[in-house]
Amino acid sequence: MKILTANRLTDGIAVWYADGGWAETVDHADLAHDKAAEDRLEATGAKAYAANEVVDVNLIDAEVVNGVVQPVRLREKIRAAGPTIRNDLGKQAARAA
Amino acid sequence: MYRYDEFDHDFVQARVAEFSDQVQRRLAGEITEDQFRPLRLMNGVYLQLHAYMLRIAVPYGTLNGKQLRMLGHIARKYDKGYGHFTTRQNIQFNWPALSDIPAILADLASVEMHAIQTSGNCIRNVTADHFAGAAADEVADPRPYAEILRQWSSVHPEFSFLPRKFKIAVTGAERDRAAIQTHDIGLHLKKNAAGELGFAVYIGGGQGRTPMVARKIRDFLPEADLLSYCTAILRVYNLYGRRDNKYKARIKILVHETGVEEITRQVEAEWLELKDAELKLPEADIRAIEAYFAPPVLAGRPEGDQAVKLARLDSKGFSEWLDQNVVTHRHPDYAAVTISLKGIGEVPGDASDSQMEAIADIAEKYGFDELRVSHEQNLILPHVARADLKAVYDALVGIGLATANSNLISDIIACPGLDYCALATARSIPIAQEISQRFASLERQREIGELKLKISGCINACGHHHVGHIGILGVEKKGSELYQVTLGGSADENTSVGEIIGRGFSSEEITDAIEQIVETYLGLRLDPQEKFIDAYRRVGPAPFKEALYAGEAKAA
Repeated sequence: MKILTANRLTDGIAVWYADGGWAETVDHADLAHDKAAEDRLEATGAKAYAANEVVDVNLIDAEVVNGVVQPVRLREKIRAAGPTIRNDLGKQAARAA
Repeated sequence: MYRYDEFDHDFVQARVAEFSDQVQRRLAGEITEDQFRPLRLMNGVYLQLHAYMLRIAVPYGTLNGKQLRMLGHIARKYDKGYGHFTTRQNIQFNWPALSDIPAILADLASVEMHAIQTSGNCIRNVTADHFAGAAADEVADPRPYAEILRQWSSVHPEFSFLPRKFKIAVTGAERDRAAIQTHDIGLHLKKNAAGELGFAVYIGGGQGRTPMVARKIRDFLPEADLLSYCTAILRVYNLYGRRDNKYKARIKILVHETGVEEITRQVEAEWLELKDAELKLPEADIRAIEAYFAPPVLAGRPEGDQAVKLARLDSKGFSEWLDQNVVTHRHPDYAAVTISLKGIGEVPGDASDSQMEAIADIAEKYGFDELRVSHEQNLILPHVARADLKAVYDALVGIGLATANSNLISDIIACPGLDYCALATARSIPIAQEISQRFASLERQREIGELKLKISGCINACGHHHVGHIGILGVEKKGSELYQVTLGGSADENTSVGEIIGRGFSSEEITDAIEQIVETYLGLRLDPQEKFIDAYRRVGPAPFKEALYAGEAKAA
């Protein structure tokens, strides 16, 4: 399964494509289960990049754990949570608050 | 320290205005990311994992209180309350919004700072010995020459699009604290038999995926010829350096592939054309720049000896800090102080906004308003009266920055690694933290003695692992972090590249492996005076391999 991720142009914050827009958390990112869906996500990403909404657009591997979307690779897990050494920073900080 | 003249002010202000306009046009969608990326990189703006990152230049690592206070202000106002000091004597902020960067640069310009040439294929911040101007063993302060190089290299039209980035370091002492042999150009300021100042010139050092120790191509270059000779080196590199392969584009590859004799011949031939032309530095110009770096007037403070003696009896903590973090100054009543940004279990090189402000206060009150960033990611107070050391220590205790571990195993260089960096393949900081905690006992660290441990989270080697006495390189293998260990590296006047000791270790195993290496060293050293690096050079890798892997061989 794949999801679409990028960084928002204005502040560089990591975002994931979910439900027709760019969400600040990965939890409910739109999942692509097949090649056709991946192509659609990729096209969405290319359009958003061209529209200067986001930069560094990538399709990444994801899985669903306890009903929540999670990236597979460590790099993407850290992007989705924040630095592992500072739980008070990044997405994890908002979650804890 | 150096003060901007009118030209410098105008230049930096013009750049702030230019880049602010570029940011506005990018935010308005008038320019694309492909068009904008090279512009933002020229101004120190990267895109990392979580956000943009802004790298700010600290020329030759020299700062004053006002500047450090401004960095604290930026950390608080625009970032998340902290900054990260780097191995190139710069500072990075990890969370700035692109839309705030024009305001940040304007704030920086107000204290004569900027982010120009902290990225891109140009001549980067020129680094220098962090004890420059204070060290008892230096021939002369290397920073005036670093400043001359800064002025020459800033937006140099010929050298703004080099095959790859280019780093220069200068030291003024025999004992190299600026790691000059790991730089594209390393300059060792010295005196010849006639007492004249000049440089031993090294080229082609570097780390990354192909580590190389620089080669000396000239034993004595008169100071007046600094710019013409560097121009000759850069011209040869710019002409022949490889542009077809990013990984072979640094001057170290050119030196290696061309051969040091041939490249020396090329540089000398180019130099012959340049040496008596307009790049020759007039004596008056050198002395004028030197005047900016005139040391503060250090009044006699002979009461320091007695004060230190008494304070030592009074406080074990002070006594330990004095032994570890305070070094001899050229003036007997003064000392240079290392403020360790390596508290046990802390993030190497990070300082909070309030710590930066407090250190600025200390520098203004006790340190003649002078500060340095070391390439080992610590801060330095270069001139402190010995009589004031206890007061400085007490102030540092108050902000949690009095860890007495300079040059010990917990004084670890670590790159940001996969916790922040888009290029990283593994985390560095948590490994540094775990090792630091394992060796938390200062008594144990002192028993081990000088040991430089350096960690990089990818092959680009920002954490200098190749030249660590113990180096750790984090890679990704089959989806997990794996840590390779190198031993025997060094970045001083006897620079060497460490050797890979064997198979890598998982994140769970690496701290045990480091401990085993240290215990092996303690077991084989001739006496407590034999440092880790000296013992390793004497015995080689075999005993360490045996300790780490013998069990496996038997099991297999």
